[in-house]
Amino acid sequence: MLYFPRWKTVLITLMCLAGLAFAAPNLLTGDQLKNVPSWLPHQRVHLGLDLRGGSHLLLKVSTDEIVKETLESVRDDARSRLRKAKIGYTGLNVQKNIVRVRVRKTEDLDRAYAVLRKIIQPLAGSVFTGAGGADLEVAKDASGAITLTPTTPALTERINSAMAAAMETIRRRVDEMGTTEPNIQRQGVDRILVQVPGLDDPQQLKNIIGKTAKLSFHSVHATITASEAKATTRPPGFDIYPSKDGFAREYLLNKRAVVSGEDLVDSQPGFDQRTNEPIVSFRFNSKGSRRFGKWTQNNVGRPFAIVLDKEVISAPVVREAILGGTGQISGSFTVEGANNLAILLRSGALPATITVVEERTVGASLGADSVTAGAMAALIGLGAVIVFMIVAYGSFGLFSTAALLINLSLIIGVLSIIQATLTLPGIAGIVLTIGMAVDANVLIFERIREELRAGKSSINAIETGYKRALGTILDANITTFIAAFILFIMGSGPVRGFAVTLSIGIIMSVFTAFTVTRLMISWWLSGKKRGAVELPI
Amino acid sequence: MAFRGLDFLPHGTKFPFISFRKLSFALSSLALLASIGLFTVKGLNYGIDFRGGTLVEIQTEGTADIGSLRSKLGSLGLGDVQIQQFGAPTDVLIRVEEQAGGEEAQQAVVGKIRSALGDGVTYRRTEVVGPTVSAELITSGTEAVILAILAVLVYIWFRFEWQFSLGAVAALVHDILLTIGIFSFLQLEFNLSIIAALLTIVGYSLNDTVVVYDRIRENLRKFKKMPLEQLLDLSINETLSRTILTSVTTLLALGSLFVFGTEVIRGFTFAMIWGVVVGTYSSIFIGAPILLYFGVKRDWSGVGGSKYKDPTVGKSA
Repeated sequence: MLYFPRWKTVLITLMCLAGLAFAAPNLLTGDQLKNVPSWLPHQRVHLGLDLRGGSHLLLKVSTDEIVKETLESVRDDARSRLRKAKIGYTGLNVQKNIVRVRVRKTEDLDRAYAVLRKIIQPLAGSVFTGAGGADLEVAKDASGAITLTPTTPALTERINSAMAAAMETIRRRVDEMGTTEPNIQRQGVDRILVQVPGLDDPQQLKNIIGKTAKLSFHSVHATITASEAKATTRPPGFDIYPSKDGFAREYLLNKRAVVSGEDLVDSQPGFDQRTNEPIVSFRFNSKGSRRFGKWTQNNVGRPFAIVLDKEVISAPVVREAILGGTGQISGSFTVEGANNLAILLRSGALPATITVVEERTVGASLGADSVTAGAMAALIGLGAVIVFMIVAYGSFGLFSTAALLINLSLIIGVLSIIQATLTLPGIAGIVLTIGMAVDANVLIFERIREELRAGKSSINAIETGYKRALGTILDANITTFIAAFILFIMGSGPVRGFAVTLSIGIIMSVFTAFTVTRLMISWWLSGKKRGAVELPI
Repeated sequence: MAFRGLDFLPHGTKFPFISFRKLSFALSSLALLASIGLFTVKGLNYGIDFRGGTLVEIQTEGTADIGSLRSKLGSLGLGDVQIQQFGAPTDVLIRVEEQAGGEEAQQAVVGKIRSALGDGVTYRRTEVVGPTVSAELITSGTEAVILAILAVLVYIWFRFEWQFSLGAVAALVHDILLTIGIFSFLQLEFNLSIIAALLTIVGYSLNDTVVVYDRIRENLRKFKKMPLEQLLDLSINETLSRTILTSVTTLLALGSLFVFGTEVIRGFTFAMIWGVVVGTYSSIFIGAPILLYFGVKRDWSGVGGSKYKDPTVGKSA
């Protein structure tokens, strides 16, 4: 156990030096770091939001809505195909997870079935699932109705693509706010995590993220008002929309939009040249301009409504045909309101409603205090443990101190390399490691003492001490590692940061106990005369 | 360079730990019953991680006037609002219970507090946890602890024998229940970081128990005829100096964190310190003596140890 071949010595030394080199940038200030040559390590530990200050928001995307929309589009598709094929049907509706329809005449059943089967599209599939399969199952049920059921892979695909779109939209919105280094990532099936360093009041961010921002332009019913429609019946294809334009409480609008937000290419906040009130100007793409131009041409003198998230924000009257594809929305905006709306329109609509389900914001001052207090606790803890080890084991305690310091720099080096996030509980993990890391050395040294008392020679005692302690150390540390690993998998945020430092700490302390201290003892012994060596423990 | 360490702990001790088993089991059973009783009757002081709601830590310019804060926030109609000093006299922690009306209602609370308190207040920390997340955190937290115990059960079973595995888990459950008990007794805030502490206690307590078990296994191979009770005592005594030394270094580090760390992780550190003390006790007084009742396999020939077979089977309870 005490003989080290040269290559092992070199390897161990190199590893320790590498650990020191990768940990070193953490001691430098930002300016000093700029002067470090690029071939040297220059990554620092990535501080978590709880240490540097910032905002952490967990968002939930309504997947129910996405499923519902999928079903509704299947229903619409079924309706138009049945109409085209001139098949009479009744009771076409969405029920829970299926679309169901009944044909009027039984002889049409097979033809309807054939027509509806044409809706089925193959799924793209992936490397993992092989050929995609179908997106829809069409079946005739016992009661003579036809059911259309979107398959699970099809729904998963829809949800995944909606989540990707939602993340992209949120990224654009957060970027528009001029924040630095936002981190946006998906969590689980329907969650999106947004972390913005340095932001200590996320209110505006929440206002902006939470808006679906589905914009559309609708025609207002020419003769019937919303209140009349409420009293009598709603004309087909029309619906009542609440309004916050300050003129009417509700409008009766054509449900089918003339142009929708997807055709917008730009929008900017500004001021109306005549009234000087805040406005939002926008520009359509060519398809949007064509449709909007044609529609305004035919409807001069009539009102239309600008609808955002099913709410009328403005209902101006068409004064003349708008052919250039640009326009402006004036409502009762504040400057900030106009600014936010422009951001929302520019970044596009979210595919589904998003709610904030968790917020954690830490001010920069608390973060800095935590770092100072954590570093202080770590240093004092380290000092106490070092004194204790040296008192208990003399020179050997010094070896284990060196190992402990190397251990710490290895932890920090590894954290810097893998760019793991260091959180406040992470610092606690490091402090705990300081206390527990010497355990391996304590086990070895106590074992050596025992072997010495059993009458073994010094070298023999060290050899057996190491050999016997190995199994114990592995068993003891693997069990702790299991707990840390489970914590890593199940935990979130700061707790996960704790698991990371604890796991790395465990691995490194086993490594240093078996290489660094052993190597030092072997060097120490080789400097002694042959024969009886007295151990300092 | 060589200087001797002070080998200050006595060696070759012969404390009859196992003979105290009736007393230690009685004590532990009492403590366990008290813990379970406290947990069911008094419950835990759940933090917003598990209960949902809002937590705001503020810093005022001068010494905080809790009374005036209370009257400003009391009129907002937010239900139960707790205001307490937190560390320095300028630091105040505000806790607001979960609001009825779903996620949006939770998110509105911070805005209301900010406008009620006005300027002159620094917001150090804001946490809002909605009902969906808090429910999930409870489940995933409980799952994590149970999963960790099961994983460890399997690992020790694999490395030792089922008796050891059960013994270690008994010690572990003992430590976790007592930690939950003390949190219920002192009504300390029980949040996510305490779950992390519980899992670390799982790791630490096992670390300790495994070291003792390892020695027991070794001695079982070495002394095939020694009565089990005597063998357990011997193993505990042999590893006693290590157990104490490691507990001391860990407690030194944790103590430093408790005194010098921030208020935010004080609960976590307290749980850990408690866990280390209880874990050390249980590996000596619960984990080892419980093996007497499970009946440990005495014939380890073929697994290691001496080559020749020893026909006698040792005494087991």
